[in-house]
Amino acid sequence: MDKTRGATPPEDPATQAFEARIARGERIEARDWMPEAYRKTLIRQISQHAHSEIVGQLPEGEWITRAPSLERKAILLAKVQDEAGHGLYLYCAAETLGASRDELTEALLAGRAKYSSIFNYPTETWADVGIIGWLVDGAAILNQVPLQRCSYGPYARAMVRICKEESFHQRQGFDVVRTLAEGTPAQQEMVQDALNRWWWPTLMMFGPPDDASVHSARSMAWGIKQHTNDELRQRFVDQTVPQADFLGLRIPDDELRWNAQRKSYDFGAIDWDEFYEVIAGRGPCNRERLEARREAWRSGRWFREGLTAHARARGSEDAPRSAVERKAAS
Amino acid sequence: MKGLPLWEVFIRGRHGTSHRHVGSLHAADAATAIHRARDVYTRRGEGISIWAVRSEDIAASAPSKQGPFFEPSDTKVYRHPTFYDIPEEAGSM
Repeated sequence: MDKTRGATPPEDPATQAFEARIARGERIEARDWMPEAYRKTLIRQISQHAHSEIVGQLPEGEWITRAPSLERKAILLAKVQDEAGHGLYLYCAAETLGASRDELTEALLAGRAKYSSIFNYPTETWADVGIIGWLVDGAAILNQVPLQRCSYGPYARAMVRICKEESFHQRQGFDVVRTLAEGTPAQQEMVQDALNRWWWPTLMMFGPPDDASVHSARSMAWGIKQHTNDELRQRFVDQTVPQADFLGLRIPDDELRWNAQRKSYDFGAIDWDEFYEVIAGRGPCNRERLEARREAWRSGRWFREGLTAHARARGSEDAPRSAVERKAAS
Repeated sequence: MKGLPLWEVFIRGRHGTSHRHVGSLHAADAATAIHRARDVYTRRGEGISIWAVRSEDIAASAPSKQGPFFEPSDTKVYRHPTFYDIPEEAGSM
């Protein structure tokens, strides 16, 4: 591959030294010099990832009050709480690059920031909760495991924590799916219906095909990304088809078949028009998801202000003052 | 969130180990920072003790001067026990 691909001119010695560090497998840390394009790429990727964790709480969160047993409810609550934690690890990693948390939040609420397209689909039945854990978290793990070796240290370390926790997410999802798949005909029908609806959107989670992926080449050169979108998608299909067979579920793809030569499954064409529609904000739940985040931000305002007021009332010098108070004090 | 200070979180995993940096978070004051650190960083028994330090209170060496700054340590090989040849007859040392 071409060694000089990248946004900055190869004659810049600082950039050359930087790329040499990455080539040696060194980790880049927060205060190290880095090309602006590297910083921007990471802020974009990490904050999108953080937004996905936060928005990702919504589709599953809807089922907390309707979980079929107290145990399932406690598990789902713990899982959704993990997603909030993942969002926080990632926002903090983005902040080490100089982005402020407020800016990132505002970009999400204003609809300027992207998050994973998968969370713009509705969770219609309890089976969807299982399918999300099994497939969506399963796909997320494949994306995230290589990121533990990402060239940017704070991101890589956040991913180590996240990957440990995702394993619980996928297994609890599989457990929900398995219970339904081994249940009554109505339960089997419900879980097959959920698989039918989530299969293709899950395959889209890996992003556009390699020849159409805007950011891939440079991200790979910079050690931010290690595998292409299509490689990871293929790995996901190969890993999931035998699991579906085990569960007695049918993957909704007539062209899916084992290719003995490639030792991989061939699968049907993905409807990329649908993907780009959802990315552009015209998916089934885009408006609803953003509105839920905005409402949470609005209705949490009194609490955020209360925290600061309480800290100040207790005489903590840590507490920031509001603009009005700063004016009054000066 | 607006302007809530940033804190660095350190956690002691088990008795007998030191506190290690695990990440950061925003909180209005020290007590809230510790509570949030518990919820964010110790959901699975990762720790028995938490420190939270305001990020702006941490002094740090400059990464750009890393080479010259740590040079005194790199050039003094005689600080390592393996620098010395000890005859086998002298016994374990």
